[in-house]
Amino acid sequence: MIEFQNVSKRFGTVQALDHIDLTIDEGKIVGLFGPNGAGKSTMMKIMAGVNRADTGTVSIGGQTPRQAKEFVSYLPEIDHFYPWWTLKEAADFLRAFYGDWDQEKYGHLLEFLKLQEDMKLGKISKGQRAKCKILLAVSRNAHYLLMDEPFSGIDILTREEIARTLIQDFADHQQTMIISTHEIGEIEAMVDQVIFLDQGQICLEGEAEELRNEWGLSMVGIMKEVFRHANSR
Amino acid sequence: MDFNKARPIYQQIIDAYKKALARGDIGPGDRILSQREYAQKIKVNPNTVQRAYREMEMMGMVATIRGQGTFIVPDPEMQQKIKKEMAEQVLTYFIEEMHALGFKDEEICSLLEEKQKSSKEVVADD
Repeated sequence: MIEFQNVSKRFGTVQALDHIDLTIDEGKIVGLFGPNGAGKSTMMKIMAGVNRADTGTVSIGGQTPRQAKEFVSYLPEIDHFYPWWTLKEAADFLRAFYGDWDQEKYGHLLEFLKLQEDMKLGKISKGQRAKCKILLAVSRNAHYLLMDEPFSGIDILTREEIARTLIQDFADHQQTMIISTHEIGEIEAMVDQVIFLDQGQICLEGEAEELRNEWGLSMVGIMKEVFRHANSR
Repeated sequence: MDFNKARPIYQQIIDAYKKALARGDIGPGDRILSQREYAQKIKVNPNTVQRAYREMEMMGMVATIRGQGTFIVPDPEMQQKIKKEMAEQVLTYFIEEMHALGFKDEEICSLLEEKQKSSKEVVADD
C-alpha cells in the first residue's frame, strides 16, 4: 500500500503539492492524470525517493520512499541514463544494482520491442529511447512500478505494443503500477484507479469502472468536466 | 474490439460474449480465451476482465475448470435464452423510443413492415 498523508511540496513560489491525502492499494494499475504543471511528476518523484515532501508523510509498503527503493522501479520523464551508454551497458548497471533484475524477461522484451543491445542511448530516436526506458524499468520484477509519462513521443502502434507488454507483465507479477500521463485516452481501459490532479490538489479520485457508471462518461470526458469546474472556481 | 469508454468495460465484455453466443460465433461447450489472453488482446486491465468472467460464471454462462480453462456452459437452452433476452432488450428500447416520438403501436407495426420491405428491395438491387 502507498499512503500520502497531508503531503505538501513547494518549489520557490510554486505550490507543487498542496495537502495531498491518498491511499493506493496493492495490485492495482493506477492512472495519475492532470494537465501540465498539475504536480504529477512531483508526486512520482516523492514516491521514488528522489524528492522529499516539505511536510506530511509518504509510506510505501510501510517504509519511507528512501528505504523502499529496492522494491520500486521508477521511470522518470527525463532521460536519466548517460547518453554515451549502450542499452546493454545500462542493463548491466541495473542488473548489478538490483536483486530483482529478470534477465529472461529483459531478453524477451528486447526482442518484442525490436531493440538492439548495441544501441547508444543518446544516438537513437526519441521513440526508441522511450522504448529503452520502458524495457529497463519493466525488466525488474519490482513490487511497485512508477512510470512518469511513459508514452510521450511514441507512435500509436508502439504504444499499443507497450500497453500489451504492461498488461502481460501486470498479469504475471501482480505489481502495483502507477502511470502518469496527460494523454488519458491511451490507457483509460488499463487502469483500476484514477487520480485527477490539478494545481497540486486531488480534484477527483476513484475506481475507473465506478466513475464510468456514475458519470456516464469516459475518463477523458470526466477530466474535461472536472477541470472545467476547477477552473471556474 | 472497440469499447464505448463511457460505460463500465466489464459490462461491455459480458455483452460482447452474449452477442457472440447469440450469433453462434461461439457455442455451448466451447473454450473461450483465458482472462490473461483476453486482457492482452483487448488491452484492458486484467482485474476488469476477471470481474466480467466472474459475473458470467455467476450468471451460469461460463464455467472455469482448473487447469483446463473457461468454457461456455454446454447448455443449448441457455444460448436460446440469451438470444431472446438480448432481442427483448433491443425491442424494449425500440418501442419505448417510438412511443416517445408519439407513434402508436399500429403505426409502429406498419412502419416496421414498410422498412423491412424497402430494405429488402435495396438488397435485391445490389
